[in-house]
Amino acid sequence: MHFTSLLSGVETPSPREHDPAAEPFICDLNLDQVVEAVAGERDEQDLIAGLLYHQANDIQTVEYRHEVFRDLEDAALFEAARDFSQRMRQVRVRVSQLDKMSSRQQRDGWFLDAGAIYCDAVRALSGDLTARPITSRGLVSFRDYLTDYVASPEFAELAEDTASRKADLSQIMYQVRIRGPRVDVSRYEGEPDYSAEIEKTFERFQQGAAKDYRVQYRTWPGMTHVGAQIAELVSRLFPDEFSALTSYCTRHAEFSDPVITQFDRELQFYLAYLDYVRPLRAAGLSFCYPELTDASKDIFARDTFDLALAAKLVPASKAVVTNEFHLTGPERVLVVSGPNQGGKTTFARTYGQLHHLASTGCPVPGSAARLLRYDRIFTHFEREEDIANLTGKLEDDLIRIQKALLAATPQSIVIMNEIFTSTTLSDARFLGEKVLAKVIELDLLCVYVTFVDELASLGPSVVSMASTIVPGNPAERTYKVVRKPADGLAYALAIADKHRVTYKQLKGRLTP
Amino acid sequence: MKAHLLFPAADFDFDAELPRHSADLIQDLELRTLLNAMAAGDKFLFDISTKILLAGLADPDDIRYRQRVLADCIAQPEITREMYRVACAALQDKRGVWGFLSSSNPTSILSAAVGQLEVLIVRLRELRQLADNHADKFASDGLTTLLHGLQLELDDEYFETLSHHLRQLRFRNGELLSAQLDRDNSGINYVLRSGSARRGWKERVGIEPRSVYSFSIHPRDEAGAHALQDITNRGINLVANAAAQSADHVSSYFTMLRAELGFYVSCLNLHDQLTARGQPVTFPHPAAWSTSLEFSCTDLRDASLALRTDRVVGNDVDADGKKLVIITGANSGGKSTFLRSAGLAQLMMQCGMFVTASALRASVCRQVFTHFIREEDTEMVSGRLDEELKRMSAIADDLGPQCLVLFNESFAATNEREGSEIGRQVVGALLEADIRVYFVTHQFDFADGFYRGDSDSTLFLRAPRQDDGQRTFKLIVAEPLPTSYGRDIYERIGGWLGEQTAEAAQAD
Repeated sequence: MHFTSLLSGVETPSPREHDPAAEPFICDLNLDQVVEAVAGERDEQDLIAGLLYHQANDIQTVEYRHEVFRDLEDAALFEAARDFSQRMRQVRVRVSQLDKMSSRQQRDGWFLDAGAIYCDAVRALSGDLTARPITSRGLVSFRDYLTDYVASPEFAELAEDTASRKADLSQIMYQVRIRGPRVDVSRYEGEPDYSAEIEKTFERFQQGAAKDYRVQYRTWPGMTHVGAQIAELVSRLFPDEFSALTSYCTRHAEFSDPVITQFDRELQFYLAYLDYVRPLRAAGLSFCYPELTDASKDIFARDTFDLALAAKLVPASKAVVTNEFHLTGPERVLVVSGPNQGGKTTFARTYGQLHHLASTGCPVPGSAARLLRYDRIFTHFEREEDIANLTGKLEDDLIRIQKALLAATPQSIVIMNEIFTSTTLSDARFLGEKVLAKVIELDLLCVYVTFVDELASLGPSVVSMASTIVPGNPAERTYKVVRKPADGLAYALAIADKHRVTYKQLKGRLTP
Repeated sequence: MKAHLLFPAADFDFDAELPRHSADLIQDLELRTLLNAMAAGDKFLFDISTKILLAGLADPDDIRYRQRVLADCIAQPEITREMYRVACAALQDKRGVWGFLSSSNPTSILSAAVGQLEVLIVRLRELRQLADNHADKFASDGLTTLLHGLQLELDDEYFETLSHHLRQLRFRNGELLSAQLDRDNSGINYVLRSGSARRGWKERVGIEPRSVYSFSIHPRDEAGAHALQDITNRGINLVANAAAQSADHVSSYFTMLRAELGFYVSCLNLHDQLTARGQPVTFPHPAAWSTSLEFSCTDLRDASLALRTDRVVGNDVDADGKKLVIITGANSGGKSTFLRSAGLAQLMMQCGMFVTASALRASVCRQVFTHFIREEDTEMVSGRLDEELKRMSAIADDLGPQCLVLFNESFAATNEREGSEIGRQVVGALLEADIRVYFVTHQFDFADGFYRGDSDSTLFLRAPRQDDGQRTFKLIVAEPLPTSYGRDIYERIGGWLGEQTAEAAQAD
């Protein structure tokens, strides 16, 4: 059976480097947090990050990945896959440590251990893939490959040889005599336990509680050169067992199958993402397989949310607010206004995150979605004032926007979050109108977060959305962003009151 | 024996937590640039300079005590650096001594402790020699007391006592252990056994196959000895502890000396860099906080900026008697730079350093706080105004009379009318609580409110724009103006390059 890749039906993708400077939207949308959390410290973190940072080559590849994800949604299969990958990792770690081992006996023992783990892992996965219902092209073709592999005489011989060597070595017992620098090694002949007597001899030195100097024995693989010399002598005491071990190592030097190894690497992408998503689903949040379009701009998403934010809120047992958006007909631009701390920024991030995640072939936050397969995402979020930038913040803002608008195509997405805050209200309005006029002219999809209400009514392309409040309690926020006219409400003083920094409150706090 | 170079009769508490507001100060005032210059690549100097810079002195006398020590150091940089080198070398030598006090082998602990005492005493003698040679070249209380103190005390008794113990305790018996093979064929399940495991006579004469194999480790094979001793006695713990404590005692003197001298060496590093860049450097005049607040400077520069670029403009400001300074004007006009320079100079003055100015005289405050515009917080849970006000509230928790608060474009995350209102309320409450405020703002409504109100106790500075549209970075005393310059920039950069996209449209 032939197996191409778990990531694509037509090729075996190689890891791709991510250049943060080339795609600043990744950080602005907090996608870097998502990628970092998904990739974590996994061995394949570069592969995973590369897949999450970049769009899949085409919509067909996205669908290929969707199939694999759907199969792995079966909890039992997922557990089996994860167990397999953990064992394969133990194998890799052991093999990678062999070069550093100078003791032949240690190296051989460690290699045998790797072989034992590998045999167990392969057999278990083959059984699980056969037992579970799978339909994805990626997993089905791998299952068929693995079935053939496990049935092969080569694998049977490896498994049998491994088990025999393990049994031999576990029977061995020896003894060591240490006298100054001299060490004697012999077969164990049944001498009695001497510890009790020694403890009694040194009892007189103990005076009350002292720092605990009990030795912490290193865990394997850890062998000093003294340990290595001892092991070498043990091998002479038990020549049959050790020569059988040596020939095992020669005979099975390349026991790992390259196709299985590749599958294991690619599997990490799916496991990592599903691991990340699982607690969010458990908290009641939805993920869906979005429809990707490169023709229509009638996009929508329901019950969606900011993935990076949710990943922080859920572990803290805090509620995640979901939102909805859609565009129909001539609509292109979502102008989001309303009270501060109402979820506007989060909404803007959600919009961008969805589009990017959808293009990687991963399930996205939401119960259903149709999204644009974009060519570029341009984001503009407030930046920290930087001493190194002497040209001034506003000029910097304008130049960045100019560059983005120049590079944008009708397949591009623009997300702007509360820009022009360092200038006056009248400047912010003037410049905001200029930006949106250009965005509309270019037929871009755009989210524009602003406190300049006038920008929400610039024509049929523009949809006004606003964050909402709890009636009667302006300081409380719903974090819901809904379609409605900009209403000029800003609740700054209510927030000041909440933080006890109004004039009256500060007077009270600062009076000794 | 004490160093006492930072306080007349007290140690500096290097273990103290940084004030809660420190992270904001470091970020807002770009302290890392300054601290990097002070550290000159040395992480240790960076750390201690951070602690001292952020634990400012509130008493002008304490400030002057350090200024005198620092003046001595600037006059005798080689000797200062040499003393510091000795203190560093002592600790370096100690670290280089074979073995660790935290070893898992008490024999190693004992011998390491003795080794440490030997090298520490060599460095103490070196330090004493420096004192003998140079004590008369210094005038400050701090350095003369230190050097005379060194000439009085030296003791190597610990070393004698402990090397005696070491000789006593080097004994070794043979041990016999049984073991099994672990997954990597190393030994596990060690059990101490009685018995000799000698070869029988038949085997020795070659009648039976060998049942015992032997090897010996090299006498100086540290790891090998360690591996063997891992399995052996734990009986000499108490003596090893005592020796280790003696070594700790002497090295803690060097630790304190290195840290306190390290601050002055850091100041020398900074002094070298600033003077090499032609920046003015002077000791400021600290004044006690009083009802008539002082702040007057000539050619005051942002020290961090001066370390990064040559395009630094100094400001001459006379804010004596002013509790509130409001800075308005052109974007890119040097408002933030001035605010940073004032905050930085205040911190530098209050830890006993020089400042980058040709003259500075200022009231000493209890603590400096900053409230600067920030990048969208990465925690995302709060919106921007919420985040700003939360920070303001955190400042208010620690704030009290005789503090200085620097605001940079604060409360701008909402519209101008509401931002101004919050600003007025906050600043009003602070001024009435005997707190000094410097405020950079582009919110005309806010600045104008104070201008129309009680302008006697307020100084208005403005970043001017020159007629050709170029910005200058020198502030002038001037009332706030009702416009900003966004349109100018928009026109200057040529809008969104509409020509080019129009071309593209034609091509379609």
